[in-house]
Amino acid sequence: MRDLFRGFSAVFYKEALHVRRDFSTLFFSLIIPILQMFLLGFAIDTNIRQINTVVYNADGRRESRELLDRLKNSDTFHIIRYVNNDRELNDAIISGKCRVGIKVPVDYSDKLLHLMSAQVLVLIDGSDSSVAGQAINVTTAIGLDESLRRVLANASSVFAVDMRPKILFNPDSRSPNFFLPGLVAVLLLNVTTFLTAFSIVREKERGTLEQLFVTPVRPMGLLLGKLLPYLGIGFFELSMLLFAMRFIFRVPIHGDVFLLAFLSLPYLFVSLSLGILISSKATSQAHAMQLAFLTILPSIFFSGYIFPRETMPKFFFILSYFVPAAYYINITRGIILRGAGWTHLWTDGLVLFLMGTFLLIIAARRFHNKVIMA
Amino acid sequence: MTDSNQPAITASHLVRSFGDFTAVNDVSFRVEKGDIFGFLGPNGSGKTTVIKMLTGLLPLTSGNAAVQGIDVRRDPEGVREIIGYMSQNFSLYTDLTVNENLTFYGRIYGLSPGRLRQRIDEIVQLNGLGPYLNRLAAQLSGGWKQRLALGCAMLHEPQLIFLDEPTAGIDPVARRQLWDLLFDLSGRGITFFVTTHYMDEAERCSHVGYIYFGKVIADGTPDALRELPEVNPPGTYRVEITAPHVTSALRATRTISAIRSTTIYGQSIHALIDDHLDLDHLRAQLLKKDIVVAEIRPLAPSLEDVFVELTSHHLAAQEASRA
Repeated sequence: MRDLFRGFSAVFYKEALHVRRDFSTLFFSLIIPILQMFLLGFAIDTNIRQINTVVYNADGRRESRELLDRLKNSDTFHIIRYVNNDRELNDAIISGKCRVGIKVPVDYSDKLLHLMSAQVLVLIDGSDSSVAGQAINVTTAIGLDESLRRVLANASSVFAVDMRPKILFNPDSRSPNFFLPGLVAVLLLNVTTFLTAFSIVREKERGTLEQLFVTPVRPMGLLLGKLLPYLGIGFFELSMLLFAMRFIFRVPIHGDVFLLAFLSLPYLFVSLSLGILISSKATSQAHAMQLAFLTILPSIFFSGYIFPRETMPKFFFILSYFVPAAYYINITRGIILRGAGWTHLWTDGLVLFLMGTFLLIIAARRFHNKVIMA
Repeated sequence: MTDSNQPAITASHLVRSFGDFTAVNDVSFRVEKGDIFGFLGPNGSGKTTVIKMLTGLLPLTSGNAAVQGIDVRRDPEGVREIIGYMSQNFSLYTDLTVNENLTFYGRIYGLSPGRLRQRIDEIVQLNGLGPYLNRLAAQLSGGWKQRLALGCAMLHEPQLIFLDEPTAGIDPVARRQLWDLLFDLSGRGITFFVTTHYMDEAERCSHVGYIYFGKVIADGTPDALRELPEVNPPGTYRVEITAPHVTSALRATRTISAIRSTTIYGQSIHALIDDHLDLDHLRAQLLKKDIVVAEIRPLAPSLEDVFVELTSHHLAAQEASRA
């Protein structure tokens, strides 16, 4: 019997040493699940609160301000902007900055004073059905409550505050409409970041990178020559995804496909730069895989792809501003679902472009210091 | 372009520090045109760092280097245009064919399509890659991979080629064939800068440098190095002792005080012996210890002996300067 387990203690001893020495494996096997648990635990908050809201208060008198205060105090709405006309109200929603728009009509106070029914228009971005549902419930509840109060106080016989929710975009609340445009962003990141990182790390492993450095190839020639094919692959992937989304899953595209293609460029640029950054750190393809997953996780959890960013705890919400996919998902949902145009989305494109530039500079510098000079 | 009489490489007082650590410490040497310069040293002693400095990848902390007359500090890209480089793992794209590998490197060096075709023909002729042109590099044996890698490094007709451990892990036949090719090319005026761990390869070089932890402690032709006074201390000579039971013979030699150092080479012992003990007395002393000697003959020091002696001298000098 003794021989059956011969060497056990030696192997156990050695393995324990490996585990202790190899910090990164330990990190990935222990910390990542814990991190994921925290992300999911904190980020999934089905009580949707603090929805970004835009208000067009055409009335402006005391009664209208009281109504808005009640909406604000519900904790469901976070009024981030006041506008002065219908077009701005619409634009704020189409651009993705606000999910809900509330329009108080110019005669709101008058109607209430004359014991007539006043209608309040509530525009709701329907691309995320859970947000939309919550917005409908809370606004109608507040309208009902307000009306009841007036009935009791003034013995009014009419239904005083009539909240009229109107779901814009995705009126049927189809979940493919919500998820697929976001999925495009995650898949695209997946393909481009992984492919770029792998292609460079493979050259590192083979030693061909070292060889290239001793040739007259200039760093920019090397980078561009490497990136362009993957940019092409990224675009091919994008068109396949969009095709499948449109014709198999029947998600209508309300905006301009060419604008979507154009605004995908800075996003692809970011994910390619991220790939280079990973490759400057990774020593093997397995290592690159681990690092790439680190970038994929926040893109899934913090980008608004699954959980609305507004519902996240403050810390994660701020973090989401550093996640490129968050901007790109706003672009894809904006163009596909809300028919957003250049004026609504150029800031997102600019942020992505700046992020890409920043990452590329860091990556190029790291590459120079850690790979060439090492 | 370049003056035909100028050295292929001049390195003077090269220094490279990484923070507190000085990887290359005041290294100077010259490699003449057409030389096969063997650059040896233990791992981590600075060989690769020197190559990176000479090829313009690592800026020099101080010192100067010129490659084919081009100042490395001023024009590192210019240097990389005119040199060839073959790294230890042959650095081929294994998922590309032989022809595609050659074409890729040719394009990197900016050869025109016509010139490229012509050069590929010449190279294929030179190293016999003809039958394999359309084969994937992954399917080549070690020796052929190495020939292909050398071919890739030569497409742009460099007059100086760096070979970083070109024969690590390939079979002896391929190793010999490579050296034959190197001699052939060096006869045509091409200079080689070769790093190796094989002493027999070092012996074949026309010029050898030995770097030991950032310092060059040997620099010269193999014959000149063998005659250095540090290697042949005054009042000593070297012999090769062949005996049937070589390990017991070794134990015996170590008890004889006139024998300064011994090393086993296969079935024989190389020993450094004080002059006052002549061969007959040596034989007699060994016989007294029951060691029957088959043959004893005088021996010139090998390059390995040279490096061992110079290293211990260097360490002793360092020790002395520290004290």
